[in-house]
Formats: sequence, C-alpha cells, structure tokens
Amino acid sequence: MRHLLSTAELSRDAAIELLDISEDMAAVSDRENKKLPALRGKTVVNLFFEDSTRTRISFEAAAKRLSADVINFSAKGSSVSKGESLKDTAQTLSAMGADAVVIRHGASGAPAVLAASGWIDAGIINAGDGTHEHPTQALLDAFTMRRRLHGTGSRGKGLDGINVTIVGDIVHSRVARSNVWLLKTLGANVRLVAPATLLPVAVDTWPVTIDYDLDHALAESAPDVIMMLRIQQERMNDAFFPNPREYANVWGLSAARWATLPARSLVMHPGPMNRGLEISSAAADSPQSTVLEQVANGVSVRMATLYTVLTSNREAHV
Amino acid sequence: MSTTRFLIRGAHIGSGAATDILTEGNVITAMGSRLDATGAEVIDAAGLVALPGLVDLHTHLREPGYEQSETVLTGTQAAAIGGFTSVFAMANTNPVADTAGVVEQVLALGDIAGYATVRPIGAVTQGLEGARLAELGAMASSRAQVRVFSDDGKCVSDPLLMRRALEYVKSFNGVIAQHAQEPRLTEGAQMNEGEVSARLGLTGWPAVAEESIIARDVLLAEHVKSRLHVCHLSTAGSVEVIRWAKARGINVTAEVTPHHLLLSEERAETYDARFKVNPPLRRREDVMALREALADGTIDIVATDHAPHPSESKECEWGAASFGMVGLESALSVVQETMVETGLFTWDDVARVLSIAPARIGSLATHGHALAVGAPAEIALVDPNGRQLFSTDRLAGQSHNSPYLGIDLPGRVMWTIHQGYATVFGGILIDADIVSAHAEAVRRG
Repeated sequence: MRHLLSTAELSRDAAIELLDISEDMAAVSDRENKKLPALRGKTVVNLFFEDSTRTRISFEAAAKRLSADVINFSAKGSSVSKGESLKDTAQTLSAMGADAVVIRHGASGAPAVLAASGWIDAGIINAGDGTHEHPTQALLDAFTMRRRLHGTGSRGKGLDGINVTIVGDIVHSRVARSNVWLLKTLGANVRLVAPATLLPVAVDTWPVTIDYDLDHALAESAPDVIMMLRIQQERMNDAFFPNPREYANVWGLSAARWATLPARSLVMHPGPMNRGLEISSAAADSPQSTVLEQVANGVSVRMATLYTVLTSNREAHV
Repeated sequence: MSTTRFLIRGAHIGSGAATDILTEGNVITAMGSRLDATGAEVIDAAGLVALPGLVDLHTHLREPGYEQSETVLTGTQAAAIGGFTSVFAMANTNPVADTAGVVEQVLALGDIAGYATVRPIGAVTQGLEGARLAELGAMASSRAQVRVFSDDGKCVSDPLLMRRALEYVKSFNGVIAQHAQEPRLTEGAQMNEGEVSARLGLTGWPAVAEESIIARDVLLAEHVKSRLHVCHLSTAGSVEVIRWAKARGINVTAEVTPHHLLLSEERAETYDARFKVNPPLRRREDVMALREALADGTIDIVATDHAPHPSESKECEWGAASFGMVGLESALSVVQETMVETGLFTWDDVARVLSIAPARIGSLATHGHALAVGAPAEIALVDPNGRQLFSTDRLAGQSHNSPYLGIDLPGRVMWTIHQGYATVFGGILIDADIVSAHAEAVRRG
C-alpha cells in the first residue's frame, strides 16, 4: 500500500490485513514499553490545513510509538496562511525528506492530488479531506466493531452480516463515505438514516438501504451498531432542517429511543459529540458506547497504517 | 504591401467535390479548375477540406486585466491555429467590458494583432454585478458595433433585469447571451451533481440550476419578442427546453462547447483540475443528448468557451482551482471526433455550426459565408486524415489548461486565411509582425 487515500480502494484482504496489523499494534500499546523501533529514521509529517487536534495527536502518538520522527505542520501561523500553494508546501516537505505525509485538508481530493502530483515522493495518508473521506476513522470504527463482536477471535475476520445504521449528516460527512465503502467491503449491511436534505441526491447508487425515519428504521431491524454523526454548527442555519430541536426530536438518539434498542446494540460516534442534539447522554455514557475505545483504537489503526505505507515495497522489520 | 493572391489547389469544399480556389486580397475571385495562378502562392490542398473561416461566439481573451492568462494577441493566435478567423471576446475582463471605451480598446487590439476579427461582447450589467444595466446603447453605437451582450461567468439571474435587457437590445438588433446558472442552487458548486459528486464529496452543480433559468428566459424572450442566445448548454434537460421553445416559435439560439460534446463527469475522479469547468462536465447521457441536438439543429452552434488560466490556477486542489479550459486550438478536432467520425455530421454541417450560424447570431457580416466566388477570403483548410495524441505543441495561446493533452484526436488545421492573408501556413503559425503588417495593409486599403 503506497498511499491510503480512500477506503473505496481497499480490497477485503487488504482491509482485513490492516485490521490484523492494528491488533498487533494494540498489543504493543498494552505493554509497559509502548515503543517499537519499526519506523526509526523515518520522518512523518502531519500536514494539517484544518484544525483537528484529536486526529493530529492520534497520528502523532502512532508515529512516535513506531519511533518515527514527527513534524507537525499546521496551516495556521505558517506560510500556508500567507497563500502558499499546496504544490509549494509539498515540495518544501519533499526537500526536507518526508517519508510519509499525513494530510488533513478542507478540499475534497487534496490528498489524491498530492499523491498523483509528482511534487513529493512520500507516502500520502488521508487524514480527512473535505467532504470526501476519512479512511483511518472508518478503519478504527471497523476495528472497534470487530473487537466488540468477535473479541480475541477477531483476527482474519470481516464484519459479515453485521447490521450497521449510520444516522445524521451523510452528505457532508467524510466519515460516512469511508464507512460505507469499508463496511460494504467487509460484508456488513449498511443503512443510512437522515432527512433527504442531508443525503446526497444520488445516494440510491450507494450499496446501502435508506430510511428518512429513524423510528421506522429502528423498528424494522434492531441494528448491531448505530453510529451517530455530528451535526455541524454551520448546517443549523442553511435550511437543511428547521431547527436543532426538530432535528433532535426526529433524528437524535434520545434516551427513549436508546431504551428501545437491545442490549447487544453498540453506539458509536466519531466525536466530538453534541450531547442532546444527535446523541443523548444516556446513549453516550452507556456500556454499549464505544466512544472512548474508538479514540484508543485510533492510535493502533494509525500505527498499522503508517507501518504499512512506510514499509510497502521496502524491507519489513517489526 | 501588394495584394496577396492564393491558389488553393484541390480542396474539398465542405462535403463537396475537390476544386481550386483563387483569392485576391480579401475576396474569393474564382473557383473551379485550371485557374490562372499568375503571381499567386500555390497551396497544395489535395486531401484537405476547405471551410469558411471559423467563428467563435464565446472566447475569453482575458485582456485587459488578466494578461497572465491570455492577451488579445495570444488568444487570436490560438484562434488562428484552430482555424478561426473571428472570435467574440467575452466581457469578464478587468475593467469589465461594460463601456464603449473598453470594447473599443479590445477591438483595436484585435485589429492591430491581425490574426482574427475580434468582436467584443458587452456586459449586460455594470461590472457583471447583476444590479444595473451597462451602457448597452453606447457599446452598440461605438466603433466596436457590439451586438452580443453577456455577463458570462455570471448569470443575469434577476428576472426583471433580464426582461429589461432583452427588451432594450431590440432597438439595435442585439442579443442577450445568457450564462444559465441559478446562483442560489449552485453555491459552492464544484462539479455535476450526481453519483460521481456524491462519491467524491464535491459540492454538486445540479442540472436544474441550468434548466430552470433557460425555461424562464425562453418565456421572457417570447413575452417581449426579443432574441435570446443560450451559452454552453450542458444537460439533456436543457436540450428539451430549447426544443420546446423552438417548436413554439421563440427566437432562441443555443450553443454547445466541444468539451461538453466529448467529456463526461467521470473525468473528475482523479481530481485533475484540468477537467474543472463551468458549467461542469455532465453524465454520458447528457453528452449523447447534446450531440443529437447539435445534429438535429436544436443546438445551433459550437462555441469554445476558451478559458485560459495560468498553471498555478490548475495545479492545486480541485476546490481551489479555477473553472475553465482552453478550447480554440482543439475545437475542430473535437467536433470532427464527436460529430463527423460518428456519422452525425458532414463537413457542410461543421461549416454551419462553426462558421455560418455563429456569424449570423453575432451579426457579423464579414464572416460565415459559404465558400463561393465573391465571398470573403476567410478560409480554414483542415487535414481530416490521421489521428494524433493532442499535445502542448498544438497549443498557440498563452495558457496550457487543455483537457485533451494526451487524448487521441483526429484532424488538424493546416492553413488559415484571414482577410486574404495567411495566419497559419502548413500547420505553423505565421509570425506576429508579418501578420500585423498584413493587417495594417488591409486597414489602409
């Protein structure tokens, strides 16, 4: 795997291998000495054109546990804010000898442009691009589901036959896109629930079932996993829905709705949560909530991703 | 400088038989065989197709204001290499072409360069801001004799302003060329809204944003009995609206770009911003509907929407990139590929949609005449044989943002004759000082 740009490009074997390597990495994180020498001498640049402290520190922790040198390049306060182009930034990082670039960018496709450009020879890892994809988030979500469902017997397994319901702002969500492709690849059944304003117009071409009504969706089949997406502040005043109260009433995972779900149902959220809007505290703080596990597993999955990208076509030495 | 004479030997006149053409100065003086070639430069045109010099109703020459992208000189050089002898220059320059002064400046720059007749298009509204009418009458009566008005790049979205503009230009037989794009429905739009945009996470530009404006405008044109031209149709639904309007007798004409005849939205999948254009590349079904509509006359003309941009405007993330692609140099090859090679068009049809009809729509009397004795010596000679990978050496303008680089296309313009002198000689652009001197000689008579 030269780059990780999208989960759509991952085969089932490649995805399961990444999840299995993540298991190995998680085992390391449980040791007293959490550090591996695998990427010693490699330089990983976290190139963040958008603020995301959570994702950045997750990648930073992952790289450091693999003994890579980490450079954090934030657009804020750098030459990027003075109008430097993606091309010039990439060439600068190339000249500094970056081996991998973890890029978060507000423009969909920016990591793909970087990977195809020839401006830089490094492996490119998409840490969230616009409303396109966030592949490591989907991988950590799948990893979290697999561990909860299969426990220590997770290795080698997919998510075959698992029913996953994703609720919320699908059209603007890179997390939803990456999850839809990866979950499908791993054999899960995906259902999307949202008002039509928050679904892409061509969502009927996706390998999912659609429901506009959360109560109907939950009544029809209790999901093994329900994933609530964050409602961004900027959607509140742009006619996607009348107001936050109506959204919470109709599409929020309220305590009452949560109570109707069976005890086996997991609740996930990529964070940060709007409590009382898309998710109630009853759901978020329940034992079935994986919110904090998702954060911990994020480091393992990102270790696996960095390791795989940086050792592809190179000598592997864990 | 003495009068230029050319004897063009053995060219096919459009789809017709091979013949010889003799030009003297700016006139075709004889056609047939065994013409007297005394003093004439002989062009061996065996196997070539002769077309009346091409006319582009939709070109962005960028001057004044954006000379880093194109100038009147370099843009008309691109025109000449593509077989064009006249271009209509869009108004979205800086300053905007919304006064007699600016349009006269663009006219003069074109006259001096001499590669093609430059007809400035006037802005409909001051500064393209869609608020108040520009000085349409002053531009019409200026030396530039503006007859086509457009806010292209922006839509005249205010329905009352559009109505007034359509009414006002009736006094000098003007036409409003509308860029049909409902602005609220396309806020932040990046590509066609559909399956591909949903997957790529790019904000969609829905077909309805184009079709609803066209529907409104044809009804306005009917109501005020004026003349409407619709720029760059891109959807099957737009074709249906135009077809309906024409059947109803509404005075509307429509254009399609070469890129909308060849390319579809899947090109965006690599986020290669050379394929970012406005209106966006649409679905394959739309491409096919546009070809059929051009073939059956629902769409009147092909116009390039030649939109030069410097490399830094395209070598970047999709969202930050500029909309537009250059098209003058490749237009004829793309029309040959999509319309002639597919059997939808004869070469006479090509002459109609790329020369005769656009000249009529733009009220350009000196161009767009079928090749005949007495017609102006505005001629393009195209070699339709052979295919080649389109490359930057086919580009003659200042910018290289062509979507066709590396794509296999047929045909090549070998000669372009404008006002009786050559601007392209054996596929090679004639030097600027030579062309300019010819143009000056023509001006002095």
